[in-house]
Amino acid sequence: MTFNINPLTDLQQMLHYQFMVNAFEAGTLIALVAGITGYFVVLRRSAFTAHAFSEIGFAGAAAAVLVNIAPIVGLLGGAISGGLAIAALGRRAANRDTQIGIVLAFSLGMGLLFISLYTGYATEAYSILFGEILGVSRGQVLLTAGACILILAGLGIVYRPLLFASLDEEVAEAKGMPMLFLGTIFMLIVAVAVSFAVQVTGVLLIFSLMVTPAATAQYLSRRPQTAIIVSTAIALGATWVGLFIAFYTIYPVSFFITAIVFGLYLAVRLARLAIRPKRAPVESP
Amino acid sequence: MDIASKTVTHGVQSDLIKAEDLTAGYPHKTVWQGANFAFGRGEFVAVIGPNGAGKTTLFRMLLGLQQPVGGTIKIFGQPPRRGNPQIGYVPQRHVIDSETNVESLELVRLGLSGKKWGFNPFSHQDRDAAWAALESVGAVDLAHRPLGVLSGGELQRIFLAEALVSKPDILLLDEPLSNLDLRRETELLHLVNDVVRTRGVTALLIAHNINPLLPHLDEVVYVANGRVATGKPSQVLTSESLTALYGVQVEVLRDPHGNVAIIGVEEHHGAME
Repeated sequence: MTFNINPLTDLQQMLHYQFMVNAFEAGTLIALVAGITGYFVVLRRSAFTAHAFSEIGFAGAAAAVLVNIAPIVGLLGGAISGGLAIAALGRRAANRDTQIGIVLAFSLGMGLLFISLYTGYATEAYSILFGEILGVSRGQVLLTAGACILILAGLGIVYRPLLFASLDEEVAEAKGMPMLFLGTIFMLIVAVAVSFAVQVTGVLLIFSLMVTPAATAQYLSRRPQTAIIVSTAIALGATWVGLFIAFYTIYPVSFFITAIVFGLYLAVRLARLAIRPKRAPVESP
Repeated sequence: MDIASKTVTHGVQSDLIKAEDLTAGYPHKTVWQGANFAFGRGEFVAVIGPNGAGKTTLFRMLLGLQQPVGGTIKIFGQPPRRGNPQIGYVPQRHVIDSETNVESLELVRLGLSGKKWGFNPFSHQDRDAAWAALESVGAVDLAHRPLGVLSGGELQRIFLAEALVSKPDILLLDEPLSNLDLRRETELLHLVNDVVRTRGVTALLIAHNINPLLPHLDEVVYVANGRVATGKPSQVLTSESLTALYGVQVEVLRDPHGNVAIIGVEEHHGAME
């Protein structure tokens, strides 16, 4: 694998390998879902909750590895039960940092126990924690595609009520909207999206696809639809470029993805600081 | 004294909101009882009284979020129901996270279509309606400003537009004047008054200080001491009426400008300025 100046030759060379094709397909699907879901995660200030899902999912995945079933089953099981629990407690519960942090730490501890009980390779734990997109199988790609279709359909249906409930909870509730139902659907969507995104970024780097692109996009557009498109574009771009660079270097994909989204976030914030006009002096009456 | 006897002169058909012997509270605890009132189309009504007297409870009953413990309350002759599109509502202490970088127009638009399932972000009909609502509250210049950076007065105008966009018959405003300076307070009241007069909307507004509202008001609902007095401001805001309501001697003083000061109760709901 030698790097050429001609990117077309590079792409051809890269996609010659089935594992790279799988990685690109799975990565694209996940970036799409993470970019869209992430907008609502950021708007509803549920970033920490999303992170907690991934770590509860870690305990589930480690348990799954221990009893010799697919890690994604454990991930989904852990994240979804966490999502249902938080949804049942209501929106304000989703912002309880302390309680969520306590459950999160316990989950990581459980995961650690399961991993140490497992007599196989420690690489399993490593790939759950930091992602292993290059090891995705054909079957996993198809499963990911199915999950993505479900999530996108779900988000499409609840789009307007969810946006309204996220921006103006009290009025939405007074208008008779099913807040518990919306909260539960949203938590389920985030739980499933997180479980699949873990394949790319791993449990510990979940922010890089679920939060950073959307947070950056929020600074770039005040219109939700536009911000969602920007957020998705950032997630897609970072995943593709990350995969491309990783193929020609010996360093992990997840590192490049985190570095790219972080770099963009930093650039956008700095640019805004530079552009934003100085606050006008307060007029005296 | 039975201030509610004016109901008779009003004519039943024209009553938008009508309460008879209405009691609010919970099974084990009554908040207030024996409220009788009827409001027609295009009336400006102030709801005043001490903190915790149950002013918001009245709104919650109109919104169908809380059931009466006794008596009846009707909107267009029907019991209140949750999600009634005839009601526009601006809740109390309604704040937006300062980091919310979403333009105001979007919130106003969601006031119209936020209840609809599915994805239809480019509807021109919604957008036109949202623009019209922003125009009617004089907030077109705020349309593309992010909600998180708006001042208290600007936010109240956006919330008003959000409530008006679905063309309601009734507007419930829970303490919209708190956190506003005198100038913004006057501006917002003029705006609400315009809406009431030009659109025939009936506005119920919860406030602490009755005086800025007096030039615009048609009716007052005074909630205190577990009871409710309603009627014209000149009927309710008298020493006799409020003494009867509070059950202790209360003095209502008026200055030459018509401002009232209520003496003899712990909290003042009017103040000489």
